Amino acid sequence: MSDVTRLGVFKTYKLYVGGKFPRSESGRVYEVTDSKGKWLANAPLSSRKDARDAVVAARKAFGGWSGATAYNRGQILYRIAEMLEGRREQFVREVADAEGLSKSKAAAVVDAAIDRWVWYAGWTDKIGQVVGGANPVAGPFFNLSTPEPTGVVTVLAPQESSFLGLVSVIAPVIATGNTVVVIASEKSPLPALSLGEVLATSDLPGGVVNVLSGRTAEIAPSLAAHQDVNAIDLTGADEALAKELEIAAADNLKRVLRPQPGDFSEAPGTHRLTAFLETKTVWHPTGSLGASGSAY
Amino acid sequence: MTFEYAPAPESRSVVDIAPSYGLFIDGEFTEAADGKVFKTVSPSTEEVLAEVAQAGAEDVDRAVKAARRAFEKWSALPGSERAKYLFRIARIIQERSRELAVLETLDNGKPIKETRDADLPLVAAHFFYYAGWADKLDHAGYGADPRPLGVAGQVIPWNFPLLMLAWKIAPALATGNTVVLKPAETTPLSALFFADICRQAGLPKGVVNILPGYGETGAALVEHPDVNKVAFTGSTAVGKAIARQVAGTRKKVTLELGGKGANIVFDDAPIDQAVEGIVTGIFFNQGQVCCAGSRLLVQESIHDELLDSLKRRLSTLRLGDPLDKNTDIGAINSAEQLARITALTEQGEAEGAERWSPACELPTSGYWFAPTLFTNVTQAHTIARDEIFGPVLSVLTFRTPDEAVAKANNSQYGLSAGIWTEKGSRILAVANKLRAGVVWANTFNKFDPTSPFGGYKESGFGREGGRHGLEAYLDV
Repeated sequence: MSDVTRLGVFKTYKLYVGGKFPRSESGRVYEVTDSKGKWLANAPLSSRKDARDAVVAARKAFGGWSGATAYNRGQILYRIAEMLEGRREQFVREVADAEGLSKSKAAAVVDAAIDRWVWYAGWTDKIGQVVGGANPVAGPFFNLSTPEPTGVVTVLAPQESSFLGLVSVIAPVIATGNTVVVIASEKSPLPALSLGEVLATSDLPGGVVNVLSGRTAEIAPSLAAHQDVNAIDLTGADEALAKELEIAAADNLKRVLRPQPGDFSEAPGTHRLTAFLETKTVWHPTGSLGASGSAY
Repeated sequence: MTFEYAPAPESRSVVDIAPSYGLFIDGEFTEAADGKVFKTVSPSTEEVLAEVAQAGAEDVDRAVKAARRAFEKWSALPGSERAKYLFRIARIIQERSRELAVLETLDNGKPIKETRDADLPLVAAHFFYYAGWADKLDHAGYGADPRPLGVAGQVIPWNFPLLMLAWKIAPALATGNTVVLKPAETTPLSALFFADICRQAGLPKGVVNILPGYGETGAALVEHPDVNKVAFTGSTAVGKAIARQVAGTRKKVTLELGGKGANIVFDDAPIDQAVEGIVTGIFFNQGQVCCAGSRLLVQESIHDELLDSLKRRLSTLRLGDPLDKNTDIGAINSAEQLARITALTEQGEAEGAERWSPACELPTSGYWFAPTLFTNVTQAHTIARDEIFGPVLSVLTFRTPDEAVAKANNSQYGLSAGIWTEKGSRILAVANKLRAGVVWANTFNKFDPTSPFGGYKESGFGREGGRHGLEAYLDV
């Protein structure tokens, strides 16, 4: 045996759209470096066409995912945590590279991200009781309000917190039955692209989460203006871009979440769960019990 | 033999309309800074009811400043004290409900039967309901001690003037906000009477400010940098303009906009009840209702039978003097709205739908439109897509429940829907698939302060009513 060190096998980082791993249709890539400027990978530089394809995939997945039982969605979110746990070392390395963290700090971030999937896994079949309920109307009516997912949600993932932040913005959106097109952190997209590989092996139906990498300011405007997108989360947008996107989003009255900057290591609360929920209220007469049974 | 109804007019003497009204700012009636005024007319007779001050940008600024000054003390009041003011308001509305019903009917044109039995009871109930929340906000599910937003700029429509005021002001005050409200230009009077109710209730000055005016007044209010919350009910086009206007400002916005509600009748539906529900769905308030059931989806096998019953029923509707207690269909709110309804129905005919109205004599003065049905309507027709906001029903057919759901959801809107069937599991399955904020099963157009109301898609966002309605006015 010679003492030549074995040459590592690089991974080609690809998008995650409709359950598949395409390159950008544009054929473009951009160079991703670590915090010290060392080359890490060439990531796909998504085009507006990639964004539109992702919306088609997300819309196609919406019926099945929103129609799945909350218990089923909870088990799948939990499965994501299980799969991540098994690939913990890989994500610790990627997060350390992406965010310039020590190994122990990166490990804490990954652990928190895994735990966040567990937290949201437990929410899927509880949020309905917390925010819905029976309304005591002044009349002979059964009246019930239930939360329903808004639809296809575009998420601009946080630019700094490339993994814990990413998980913290997509998990609550899909927990309630929405489907997502997420634009990864522009500078540090690799943990997001690797998360696609985890999602693909977690029983999550293709299209529920679609991951794009590239220039946020290039991809986001077409998604904010897209007529088949129902909502947008502007976490990863700066002030100027956020305003531009809000204006575009008004065209079909997308629900817009514009959160105050926060620390993703803190307990998340329910705000992001409820941001993309609609309330449906159903009325039915209760009638009265006469000799012939119920009537209204 | 036919029985004729004798006229049964409600007396106008119960209401005393002054010849002119000012803006209500900081607890005082005041003229507009530029002295502008406009006239409000009774749509059933075109009689001028009063001259009303028209607020401009300077007045908006004055009102917002008054609301800002009032905010500190009002938001610091114990919730139990704010509650008592709202309970007082609810009670005074109950006491003055006949006067307000007659006033609303005069200014809006809707039948006294509706203002007396629907609008006014709901207005009082809404204040009574939110009064009770004011000292219980810690328990509403928005965390401990949720804070108000500040000054709320509210713009309301003309179709339910006082009820929309109640939907806006009651939750805003209960949560500790102060309010600048712009009523619609065609129906400013009940809001100005409400200012007097605030006086009677002893409400601190500046907590509620009323600014009559047109769209520019509303735009100035929405745009004002010291407004923290914008609440709007009206057209989807204006709603979108507001969403653009507030972009980048972090003002909290709720929008309650247009609709094209599908009222779905299955072949096993109780036909007589369904017919009543269809009539309530589209002819309540002359169809000038955002959640109106303006698209009738009938299962093909019962189309002819249902249409026969519906036409028979429409022939018995009484159109005329809104103050007459027997009147079912009142006047259209304005010449402008009448022109819009007329244009859209002409387009319906031009595009090939079949038009029908019962024999119906229209009064010679005022703004009137006969109840109208369109059959042979397809999904591509303008009258099946655009909100008409008038007494016009578009009839479409379907064969299977899946087709009914697909057609119902084929709309930019998603505010309301109706389902008529005797089969419980079908009600639940269809209700589950409809993308609409309110679904009425075997009933239609029911409202209650405890019941959240609001739309999906381009019908807007946010909910009014119930615990859900608090969120729009809290910093959460």
